[in-house]
Amino acid sequence: MAGQTQVGGDPFEEMLVNMGPQHPSTHGVLRLLIRVSGEYVEDCRFHIGYLHRCHEKISESQTYVQNIPLSDRLDYVGAVPNGWAQCLAVEKLAGLEVPARAEYLRVIAAELQRIASHLLFVGTMGTDLGAVTMFLFGMREREMVIDLLEAMSGARLTYHYIRIGGVARDLPDGFAERAVRTLDTVLSRIPDYDDLFTNNRILRERAERVGVIPAQTALEHGFSGPTLRASGVPYDVRRCDPYGIYDRFEFDVPLGSNGDVYDRFTIRLREIEQSSRIVRQALEGIEGVGGPIRTPIKGRFRPAPGWAYAHVEGARGDVGYYIVSQGGDSPYRLKVRSPCFGNLAGLEHLIRGWKIADVVAILGSIDIVLGCVDR
Amino acid sequence: MERGPIESLVHRLFAGLYGIPVLGWLIPIVLVLGMVALAALVLIWLERKVSGHIQSRRGPLHNGPHGLLQTVWDALKLLVKEDIVPSSADRLIMLMAPFVVFTPAVLVYVVMPFGKGWTVANLNIGLLWVVSVLSLGPVGIILGGWGSHNKWSLLGGMRSAAQLISYEIPSVLALGAIVMMAGTMSMDGLVAAQDQYEFVLTPPGLIAFVVYLVTALAELNRNPFDLPEAESELVAGFVTEYSGFKFAIFFLAEFANLLALSMITVTVFLGGWQPPSVLFFLPDSAQLPGVFWFAIKTTVMVFVFQWIKWTLPRLRIDQMLNVCWKGLIPITLGNLALACVWLLLTEKSWAR
Repeated sequence: MAGQTQVGGDPFEEMLVNMGPQHPSTHGVLRLLIRVSGEYVEDCRFHIGYLHRCHEKISESQTYVQNIPLSDRLDYVGAVPNGWAQCLAVEKLAGLEVPARAEYLRVIAAELQRIASHLLFVGTMGTDLGAVTMFLFGMREREMVIDLLEAMSGARLTYHYIRIGGVARDLPDGFAERAVRTLDTVLSRIPDYDDLFTNNRILRERAERVGVIPAQTALEHGFSGPTLRASGVPYDVRRCDPYGIYDRFEFDVPLGSNGDVYDRFTIRLREIEQSSRIVRQALEGIEGVGGPIRTPIKGRFRPAPGWAYAHVEGARGDVGYYIVSQGGDSPYRLKVRSPCFGNLAGLEHLIRGWKIADVVAILGSIDIVLGCVDR
Repeated sequence: MERGPIESLVHRLFAGLYGIPVLGWLIPIVLVLGMVALAALVLIWLERKVSGHIQSRRGPLHNGPHGLLQTVWDALKLLVKEDIVPSSADRLIMLMAPFVVFTPAVLVYVVMPFGKGWTVANLNIGLLWVVSVLSLGPVGIILGGWGSHNKWSLLGGMRSAAQLISYEIPSVLALGAIVMMAGTMSMDGLVAAQDQYEFVLTPPGLIAFVVYLVTALAELNRNPFDLPEAESELVAGFVTEYSGFKFAIFFLAEFANLLALSMITVTVFLGGWQPPSVLFFLPDSAQLPGVFWFAIKTTVMVFVFQWIKWTLPRLRIDQMLNVCWKGLIPITLGNLALACVWLLLTEKSWAR
């Protein structure tokens, strides 16, 4: 076949295929260069950077306050925790206190965001494996959760809800009842997912024992979030390094045992349940807490020279912000630790030896967002 | 008056009507082509409605009553679209492919008994004609995959070839059990053999029905076997490089095939144009003409195919081959033996 690039091996057996950046199941603009022998993937290279927006460099020329909305554009389907991590780092740097009510609001927003993001994952996993109906079911429930976030923040995708020293707005009237009702609906639909998809024989054939990431490998490659926990490593920033007021809530950290695609899928379904537990507790807890929702910043915001690192548990894993201040209006250096980049980087050699259809499943199962990988 | 199959077809095609030599074959051809084109439009609309309601959406609504005209506009859009051919494509093969897929899908209707005596050509090898003509379709898919000069298309075409040799054997073996029980391959004969009860109500017939349903899904490239055009894996498989009119022909062929396979299932397993035997209590005067029963049963089968498509995830290619070779072929071989036992028990002779 003309147009074939020979990478080695037998040119009559192997074919170099360019998967992406416009391929429908690379979740954005990832480009995979895969060398296939029939359906088997012999070798795989990731090419990233198609969505690079110089987040870190731009941050060095904008003020701290101007930088916060940029963080929403990293992991755009799980935006709230990014902003939280950046605000947390800035607050550490400047020694700002966050009002008690704002802490609750942050937890509510972040956990709703986790539910919305995981619901989208459940749907895209469906399309990756050919079940289009599952995609629309996931989107249907996500829409309701997004409505809640819209009521809280006024936006549906990039919320800019968490601000330095607090949050943007207080809860609207009647939010608690509405949120509980929505969460009840979402949870009541999960048995439908089980019937349609999770317990489906075809799905189990496709997902079980496919793309196994052993715990040791996962740790060595810097995996985090549900992808790491599916391999059985109990690492959750909310538990291991509690931030905000997460130490006040009761929740379980679901763990997988095999680290295969199926575990990575079901663990997110169980995390939806745990997040909804946290939201319910936070909605009860916030009732007795009044007061301001933001510590006002007086004058020009110029933190004292020094550095701070803060990390939170995002929907995809450990989101970290490292900020260095030299006392100016803008950070001297801002570095993002992106969970998707870690999860993706370790995957390159794990994809070898699987079939093309499995590559799509494995790539879908780590739930990458290219905005988060490229930054 | 016994004729050979080819002789009978030729005779049928050139028979005159009202003394005009062309009419005898022109009318059936125009009728069948018109029916296929019209049915495809309705089936595409139905597919959208069915998928919509399964996915808790409502499907097309705005063009025409309940979106009935949506497909018409879509077809017109496809016809006026620019026909893009990749510069390195094999133009002739790429142009041939949609028609190689479409032609067998229409030729199948030649032997279809739409109603009592409503057959264009009642070949005595009707079922063999159906099986052999339908197995030509994937050749077009392979041509399309090769001619487009796209690696995804090529993978799709190769998958189609692997799929063809896997599903075709259990499919034929499943139909074989029915041919044994009916003692004929003529489509009219198959319907006539079901005048007491449908084949699906007999044990070997039921097993053959289920197996044939699975292989029909593979033949139609529908979920869970839509591997040749798996959009999340192969972009669009063999149709990746197609646009405009050629894409429309592929699309039309897909739905002509869907209708054809539903009709074959109805004819072979579900009693064809006869009223369902479970409705034996209906008085003769209350019965509909055969073509209505045929249409009703076919619509139900089309719905079943669409229902399955929009519910299940996709199998991987090796799993699909495993299902066919290790699962369906042994089952159908056992079913042939079961059909023999059944024939002995019911004392039906092989040849009538």
